[in-house]
Amino acid sequence: MSTLIAPAEVELEQPSVDEAWQEERPWVVIVWNDPINLMSYVTLVFQKLFGYSLQQATKLMLQVHNEGKAVVSSGNREKSELDVSRLHAHGLWATMQQD
Amino acid sequence: MFLPRQIRRKGDRVRLHLDAHERAILRELLDQLEPLLAETDDPLVRRLFPPAYSDEKSDDQYRSLVRDQLVRGRARSLATMRDTLADEAIDLEQADEWLRALNDLRLVLGTRLDVSEELDYESLDLDTPRGRDLAVYGYLAWLQEQLVDALQPASGK
Repeated sequence: MSTLIAPAEVELEQPSVDEAWQEERPWVVIVWNDPINLMSYVTLVFQKLFGYSLQQATKLMLQVHNEGKAVVSSGNREKSELDVSRLHAHGLWATMQQD
Repeated sequence: MFLPRQIRRKGDRVRLHLDAHERAILRELLDQLEPLLAETDDPLVRRLFPPAYSDEKSDDQYRSLVRDQLVRGRARSLATMRDTLADEAIDLEQADEWLRALNDLRLVLGTRLDVSEELDYESLDLDTPRGRDLAVYGYLAWLQEQLVDALQPASGK
């Protein structure tokens, strides 16, 4: 069938490994919903760690609660790791991935 | 729960009104959790140290970097709470350690009890060990809610 499309796919899958570019792609920190952390506590942690207002923090917390997860911060790898570790220190389920 | 508040903000202090029985329960829980912190493979404790990365190699690196620091921070929170358990009032830094220690207790207890978000406290059977544990779990949540209230930036009046 589509001989026109097949080569293009191969092309796309080729690892155009541009390490520098990979490194620069921003990371996002994601907080996942869990059944134990209190909604009020999660809101307070977002305020404390990221300087969000009560309204912003509440909105993020509700997103975690209703949608299962929310992006709470982004940046380079080092900053994201620091953010994740601070969230872990407060008992939140946080992971990071490249955007 | 329509019970009188036991934790109240008073300026830059947080007043604690806990009776001897409550303090004994809290002390026992703190004593149980502290030695667990060093256990890296205990499934209960694993909840306190979630993965940061989905790929194992990056996550191992992350763990080797932060694990000790996280353990020390948790041990400090537990110790602060234990040391101030009998105090009538604590400062805001101590209250923050209390908040984290209470949260860690709830995380470990809640994981062990495999709790869901919808817990019906009215139907707890206090004649069973699970019912009693869930009652303790609920009590911790109630204390923690009050502490969160007390520590809200707008509460310092």
